[in-house]
Amino acid sequence: MRTCRSLRLCASPATSWADSLRILATIVVIAWATMRAPPVHADRLAGAALAQKGSKAVPACMVCHGANGEGQTASGFPRLAGQPEAYLLKQLQAFAGGQRKNPQMAPIAGALDARQMRDAAEYYASLPGWQPHGQTPSASPQYELGRRLSTAGNWSKEVPACFACHGPGGAGVPPHFPALAGQPSAYTRRQMKAWQTAGRTNDPQGLMKSVAEKMTDAEFDAVSLYLENPSLDGKGK
Amino acid sequence: MNMSHRLKHWFESQKQTRKFHPTWIALGVVATLAVAGIIWIPAELVSKAEAPPVPTAHPPPPATGNKGMRPADMPTVIEQTPSPATLRGAKTIRVDFSPPADDAMPTDEFGDAVRFGKSIFTDTQTYARGYVGNKLNCVNCHLDAGRKPDSAPLWAAYVMYPAYRDKNKHVNSYEERLAGCFRFSMNGKAPAPDSKEMIALISYSYWLARGAPTGIELKGRGYPKLPDPPQPPDAARGKRVFEANCALCHGADGQGTAMNGRYVFPPLWGNHSFNGGAGMSQIKNAAAFIHANMPLGKGNTLSAQEAWDVAQFMNSHPRPPDPRLAKSS
Repeated sequence: MRTCRSLRLCASPATSWADSLRILATIVVIAWATMRAPPVHADRLAGAALAQKGSKAVPACMVCHGANGEGQTASGFPRLAGQPEAYLLKQLQAFAGGQRKNPQMAPIAGALDARQMRDAAEYYASLPGWQPHGQTPSASPQYELGRRLSTAGNWSKEVPACFACHGPGGAGVPPHFPALAGQPSAYTRRQMKAWQTAGRTNDPQGLMKSVAEKMTDAEFDAVSLYLENPSLDGKGK
Repeated sequence: MNMSHRLKHWFESQKQTRKFHPTWIALGVVATLAVAGIIWIPAELVSKAEAPPVPTAHPPPPATGNKGMRPADMPTVIEQTPSPATLRGAKTIRVDFSPPADDAMPTDEFGDAVRFGKSIFTDTQTYARGYVGNKLNCVNCHLDAGRKPDSAPLWAAYVMYPAYRDKNKHVNSYEERLAGCFRFSMNGKAPAPDSKEMIALISYSYWLARGAPTGIELKGRGYPKLPDPPQPPDAARGKRVFEANCALCHGADGQGTAMNGRYVFPPLWGNHSFNGGAGMSQIKNAAAFIHANMPLGKGNTLSAQEAWDVAQFMNSHPRPPDPRLAKSS
């Protein structure tokens, strides 16, 4: 009796019941969490398979977006690695839904089911984002203009700095604002133009449309050039 | 007679000894005068056409201080900075002014102070860490590093001090005005007037105001006063405005969005935001700022009613108390 009391497990039948229930609940929670974990992990693996091998319906993402999702500078295929998961998913939905008009991606996104979109988004979001790679950009008036627009904007035309929303250094602010740093300049330029001409209309609150409408082609060129390899101090060599 | 004879003699001797004919000198002088005349006469005509009609058309009202002046009394906006004499006579002229470009910052020791001031202003959390009690940076409410008109630009504030303020019932220096920002908007403790931080902030303001007339209300000062809304401000309507326009960046809970501990979008209420003594905690200031500047890059797109409602909603949330009230109790 004394041992029993000191343990406080069998002080009364009611407490004993409550304790058993508690233990049972803990076991259930742990079991559920363990069962739950592998499918979460599997999503990423399924995404990786899609990225590297494709499926019957779609080619492998890496054909255009690079082995590690780093994109292709020359052809302007965007970097996907390290972008916010919610952002990537939203883009796939927009390609399928026509808010992003793109002859290459529309049939691919249209052939993916919701699950595959989530898998691919999760996989690419898990890859490391862009890091400055030591190659100092070459300084030019165009690069300097791009730096100014990206870090300070042009408020005489109510154009805020890119980095005011896309984060310091253009590293992105999940879930809504993608990373800009390290994107091929041809890609960024095409997107700015697409917002200006309503080829892309999936920006929240029309924020990018309102920015792009106030900018010139020369300014698109400048920010695109800068964002491909942004150096914060602006001292390109 | 003697003089003209000598001149003739000199003319002849020049003709003999020099390689060029001296008539060229006379021709050169005449040509210069002719060209100068061609430039000067139209310039004179243009400047007369542009001369501000203010002093005669709108005699300055008697100096009764700012309280007596209504916007209706103000003369029309002058596009170019008028002459000092005109300005001294009329305290109410609203002048267009643009601060110098960053490239024009001096490179000497003074320039270093200006640059440090700008660094504090844009990244207060790093450069004036010890004086800030929340997660805000000066630039959150003074957009474009304190340059943007209608966003309480530093250059327009700088030229209006010293000035009497109702807020503390005495004449304030510019330093004291900045100290107020630290105490209320930044919910902190101001750096000392002779500290390097304060001197840097004043240097930056002074440099931005370079060339602006002193003691004149510059166009774009403060936040443009918003007319009263058709209906009284309502927090419930404001909540809907917030969800549709503000939550994307400031978060559904208004607590801003931080990346690696640095706030990209500032918290609007709660412990990390401005305190109850800040100008922004007054609905009219918040509504005016929001209407002119928010969402970022889309200023003046919300209706006046929406701006008042969302300001009411923002300030219906708890925030750190006004430190003046804490002292008296």
